[in-house]
Parts: sequence; C-alpha cells; structure tokens
Amino acid sequence: MDKKVVERTNTLGSSQRARQFFMQYAIYLVLFCVILVIVFMEPTFLSVRNITFILQQAATKLIIALGVAGILVLGGTDLSSGRMVGLAGIICASLLQDPTYSLRIYATMPQLAPILPLLLAVVICIIFSIGHSILVSVLRIAPFIASLGMQMIVYGCMSLYFDAASHSSPIGGLDPRYTNLAQGSFYIGDIRIPYIVIYAIIAAVLFWVLWNRTRLGRNMFAVGGNQEAAIVSGVNVKVVILLIYLIAGASYALAGFLDAARTGSATNALGDGYELDAIAACVVGGVSMRGGVGKISGVVIGVLIFQVINYGLVYMNVNTYVQYIIKGMIIIFAIAVDTQKYIKKR
Amino acid sequence: MAEEYLLEMKGISKSFPGVQALKGVQLRVRPGEVHALMGENGAGKSTLMKCLFGIYQKDEGEILFQGQSVDFANPSQALRAGVAMVQQELEQVPHQNVMDNIWLGRYPHKGPFVRDKEMYEKTVAVIRDFNMNIDPRTRINQLSVSMKQMVDIIKAVSYHARIIVFDEPTSSLTERETEALFEIIRRLKRDGCGIIYISHKIDEVLTIADRVTVMRDGMWVATEDTKDMSTETLIRLMVNREMENRFPPKHNTIGDVVLQVEDLQTFYPPHLNKVSFEARAGEILGIGGLVGSGRSELLESILGLRKLAGGKIRVRGKEIRSNRDARENRIAMVTEERRETGIFPLLDIRWNTVASSLKKNVNKLGFVSLAKVRENTQWAIDTLRVKTASQRTLIRNLSGGNQQKVLLGRCLLQEPDILLLDEPTRGIDVGAKYEIYQLMIQLAQQGKTIIFVSSEMPELLGLADRILVMSNARNAGILDGETATQEEILKLATRYV
Repeated sequence: MDKKVVERTNTLGSSQRARQFFMQYAIYLVLFCVILVIVFMEPTFLSVRNITFILQQAATKLIIALGVAGILVLGGTDLSSGRMVGLAGIICASLLQDPTYSLRIYATMPQLAPILPLLLAVVICIIFSIGHSILVSVLRIAPFIASLGMQMIVYGCMSLYFDAASHSSPIGGLDPRYTNLAQGSFYIGDIRIPYIVIYAIIAAVLFWVLWNRTRLGRNMFAVGGNQEAAIVSGVNVKVVILLIYLIAGASYALAGFLDAARTGSATNALGDGYELDAIAACVVGGVSMRGGVGKISGVVIGVLIFQVINYGLVYMNVNTYVQYIIKGMIIIFAIAVDTQKYIKKR
Repeated sequence: MAEEYLLEMKGISKSFPGVQALKGVQLRVRPGEVHALMGENGAGKSTLMKCLFGIYQKDEGEILFQGQSVDFANPSQALRAGVAMVQQELEQVPHQNVMDNIWLGRYPHKGPFVRDKEMYEKTVAVIRDFNMNIDPRTRINQLSVSMKQMVDIIKAVSYHARIIVFDEPTSSLTERETEALFEIIRRLKRDGCGIIYISHKIDEVLTIADRVTVMRDGMWVATEDTKDMSTETLIRLMVNREMENRFPPKHNTIGDVVLQVEDLQTFYPPHLNKVSFEARAGEILGIGGLVGSGRSELLESILGLRKLAGGKIRVRGKEIRSNRDARENRIAMVTEERRETGIFPLLDIRWNTVASSLKKNVNKLGFVSLAKVRENTQWAIDTLRVKTASQRTLIRNLSGGNQQKVLLGRCLLQEPDILLLDEPTRGIDVGAKYEIYQLMIQLAQQGKTIIFVSSEMPELLGLADRILVMSNARNAGILDGETATQEEILKLATRYV
C-alpha cells in the first residue's frame, strides 16, 4: 500500500534536487552562455592578451570585494567601500609624486618609499572602519544606512583634502617606482603576468585562510547566521564585527593604493561606484545578502564573471547604455536566484 | 556540608515595559540534585533562567553561585563561571555544521587558527557519550528538529559546567532520545552537578527530578521533594485551581460534515503525507503532535497558504483550491506566532481588529467607513472582553492575552464557519486562557467548526471532541476526546518518528 507513497516522495525529492542544483549553478550557466555569445560574435575575444587584461582589471576589484564580502557574511552591507578606495588612492597619489614633477603638491618633501603612504592610508581607512563598526554594533544602526552616511562622510573628507592639496586638479606625475607596482609585470615564457594579479591572488589566499581556518572567520559566519546563537555561546559579537570591518578597511586601503597606481592619477572621483560593483560581484558569486553564507571561491568567480562581461561588452562595441541594462539584469537575476534559495517555501 | 547550596537565587525581580515578569522569586539548587522548575506558560521560568545566564539583567535580588555573589553581564561570563543552558528556542547557526555549532565561542585553537582535527575528535567523543550517531560535519539545517535539540543538549553538557539549565529539552525528542538524556542527567548528578530542569511534562519531572519549584504568574509558589508530590498536587500548585475547573463545561451538538480533507500532500517540506480527516459543524477538533510534526502546515494548507502536491480539500462537498476559495467559504485562521504573523504592532486596536474585514467596513462609495470600523471594533472589544483604555491604543501595548483576543475578534469579524486556531492560548495568562476556552465552546455551540492546534495535552483532552494526532507530517490517528489519555496521544505522536 505504501509503495505509491514512496514513489511519490521519491519523484518529489529528485525534482527538488534538480531544482536545487539549478538554483546553485543557474547564474554560472547563464553567464557561461553570455560568454559563449561574446566568443561566437567576436572569436578574437579568447586571447591570452585579453585574458591578461581582464585579470589586471579584476585585481583591485577583487581586493575590494573580499573586504565587502566579510561584511555581507556578517549580515550587513557596505556602501562606503568605493569612497574609502578613493580616499586611500588620493592620499597615496599625493604623497608619491615623482620628485621631478613640476606640479608636485609637496614640492619639498623627500621621495618616500611607497610602503609609507600605503601604511598611512591603511591607518586612516581603519580609523573610519572602526567608527563604522561602532555605528553598526553598538548603536545598532541598520548597516545600509550607516554605510550610506559613512559613504558621504568619507567622500566629503576626501574631497576636502583633494581641494586643499591640488586645488581640485587631477593628481598626476606619480613616482614610477610606485606606478610600476601596479602597472608592471613579469613574464613566464611568453605569458605576461601583471604584479597586481599576484597581489590579488595573495589577498584571496589570505582571506580564504581567515574565513575558513581562523576563529574570527568561523565567528563571522556564526554572527551572520544567527547572532543570538553567537551571543548565548559566548562569542563577543561586537569584537567580531569590529575586526571584520577593520580588515575590510585595510583591504579598501590596499585597493586604493593599487588603483591610483594602475590608472596613473587620482581625483576625488576615484572609486565612484566601486561599492556597488563589489556587492554585485559578491552576490553573483553566491554570498547571501541575508548573511551567514559565502565562499571566497564564489567572490573570486563573481568578480571575474563581472569583469569578463564588462570587458566583453566593451570589446564588442556594445552601446554603453545597453551595457548598463545588461549588467542590471544580471544583478537582478543573481539576487532573484539567491533569494529563492533561502526563501521559506510553503 | 550537605546543607550547602550550589546555587541560590534570592528575591529575584525583573520587569519589562508593561509587565512585571518576576516578583521576588527564589530558587535553591544543591549539588548532585535535579531541580525541576514548573509552572504554566508565562509563569516566568525561562525569564528566571535568562536572568541567571546573563541574557537578562535582574532588577532586584541576589544570585549566589558556589557561595559567591555573582551577576553575569552576558552568557559568556556565565559559561566561564560554570553555568550552561539549553535554550527553549534553539539557538543554532543553520548553515554551519554540527561541530562548529557545538564549539562555537570556544573553538579548539592554536593562536588565531581553529584546530579542525581536534574539534572533530572532541565532537565525535561527546556524541559517543550520548550513544548517538551524528556526523559532526552535517550542516545543522539538514538535521531533524529532534536531532537539532540533541545537538543543543550535547553542546550544553560539553561545557562541563557545575550548573546546567535544561529549558524544555524534550519538547521534540523521541522516547529513546529522552532516555539517553536522562542517562546523562543521572551521570551529571553523580558528578555533583546541579541540574535545573524546566518541563511541562509532569511524568518526566516526577521521574527525573529530586525536588521541584513551582512558579505562578512570576512568583515563587512552593519548593517540594518530588517523592511527596503527585500529578494532582503539582497541577493544583501550578494553576491554583482544581483540575475540574480548568476547562469550562461543554454542551455543543455535533452536526453534519463541513470540511473534508483527503490525502493532503504539500509540495514543500515538511511534506504532509496523505493526511485525511473530516470535521463537522459544531465540533471542536484538536490537533496534537510534536513540534515540527506538520500541525501548523496542515492548518495553513486548509487555508490555501501552501502549495499542494496532491489531495483534496472540500467545504460542504465543494472543492477549494486557493486562499481566496477558503475565505469565500468562510474559513478563518489565527496564527501561532502572534508577534510574527498576527498583530500589526504599530497599528492601534481598531485597525488591527478590522484588518481582515475591511471589505465589510465601507460606505456606499466604497471608501472605508470610520463609523462602521468603530462599531465593529467596539463589538469585538465587548464580545471578547478586551481590556483596553480605548480603540486607539497601540496593540503592542496590550498583554499577550488581550492581543490574542483582538486577533480572535479579527477572525470573528470575517464571520467564519470554520475557525483554524494555531496554539490559541500560547503565552497568555490563566484567566485569559479560560475566557478563550469559553469562547471556543460558545462558537461550537453556534454550529461553527473549530480546529485548533495545541502542544498542551490537558487543553486537547479538556476541549476537543476528537483529537487528531500528527506524527512526522502524517495523521497518526484520531482519538475520542472523552476517553483519550495523555499516554495515547504521546504514543501516536511518536508513531512515525
């Protein structure tokens, strides 16, 4: 008598498994199709040169996304990351101009080793991050609003400095020792490998260890997955939030340092919109906006996918405005799939 | 030194905005003692324990732990001092695995790094202690409710605390798991730990506990040796009323079949598995079973809120397929989670009352008629004896019992023939409970069909004409309300587990 029942539940089970599988990999399938279309229309797209370019452009974005991803896993969000990158970029650029450059801001300053401005930028970004984490953990301000406010504050501070230091003209003439860190590369055989890609890989490895092998990483997932459980288990939630924000701040500083060097100049527009690219890449890579779920591999793939599409659309000469529409649809699709995964079905 | 107490809580008071939850409560636990804490829902047992564990801060009173005055600011301090607790609501991280959950907050580590191998071995060891078989790497959200509960228990025991609080640990455990828990509790006792055991299951308390403290309405009532206690005396202490008076007299007459449910299956988990039953006009049908056995899902399916994978629901022979059909056929529901899915906390009583019947509160032009709204709200307040200063009071400022009455009023204004009530008396005081029982009986007398879910066995036995017991998403059997016993219900509840 029960045979039919068993069959019935079995088919239900497998159809749901199929559905789950689709949900898990749908975004990759679709993006794979997009890449196929690009390759089909522009077969030259798949060249070593293009891939190197894509990786080079993706490097700083990955470093930002890694920082943002931690905050997303906590169950928060960070709209200030782009401006933090800009702030760090302006600080580093202004302190690392070529001594022979005629428009040097600090004309009498001795030539600095690039590491010093980087450390300064890290310290300044961390100070902002500490303030930011207090807003979220102690004052319990919704992360979206807290980071929106921080975004404006950081932008204001950065613009004030930009205005005072260079009278709002782009900071250029950067020290070649500095720009070479981001623009330079080495060769393995014929293949050019930009240094900046190596930094990004190192950052990803460090973040992987942090997320998977350290107490802080595990606590981060616990706080994001169920804050109450973390509290009754004796986890110091405020400290976990503080440290994750602090690490994010440091990653923004590094990204800003590299991005200014990569582009060779800096204005107060540096980093504009990066925050949304980073969040979009994380979500496309399976980091849940609801917190508690995410993988470094996902973040890496998310960033790469975005960069491939960005680059591919430009490569195909797609209208800029159409590019926006396509990217918007991809983000919405990714979030829709993500939501379906965790929504309570009834 | 046998006189010495491991834990003394003296004169503990705690109030929340609008409620005095604890009034000068005392509790003394000896080493090597299982001390039961009993009382009705809302008596303040969990609140007292949360004050001990540092989740709440007490307003008044003193806590002595091993002779020292303590006042834990957070659970972390309590755990370090040697007080562990199994929460009533499971506090777990759903996407993390079993071992990460067990060692959360105290991962075995070397510097900043977690020692996964050591953690795995320690987890295997503590699970083996319970004679259980759980893979430490299973994700929590893939476990059954009872397994989740076991993981929480294993976790609390693994702290090697001196005092362990179990807040309703067996609410969704099977008999075998309960026995495993009792075995561990007896061992902890031999080791000289103090166990505080909160449970509604009187048999369990009489089996495992040495002494019992009874609380009522946030106050200490009595502390007695369990060997001097009987079920009857315990109930009398808890409710301050004789057993026969707990439920109003009932004289409803049962009419024709109104609702037929046939082979009902739901598409999403928990998959209701071929649930069939009938309900008649004027009948009170109780639905029992363990937490997570699919009781609420059954009610939600009847109301058309869940996607079905099979089966039919008929009202007076006519099949209904959607929420709209259900409402048109006069089915209305009061949900279990009052705060989550019941009240609109920021709206006043008036708009909460008419929320489901706005269509009936309009004037000729189709605009909402304030006069009708006022009149209907007043009718609900009067009929249900809602205690409130005015219709404009925000519903969140009412007590749980009065909120529940407003929600019942909202339900009645839909003029339903079939009422689905999910845990209608959960978390409300004894007086309000009695009034809600009266109302349910009255409605049945008027020929309405009442289907209610309850986790409290006496409520099922005292009110229902028939009791449908769910077990693992299946209908495990239907008992006659007159003759059924708690044991029969429990046996059916674990039938398919």
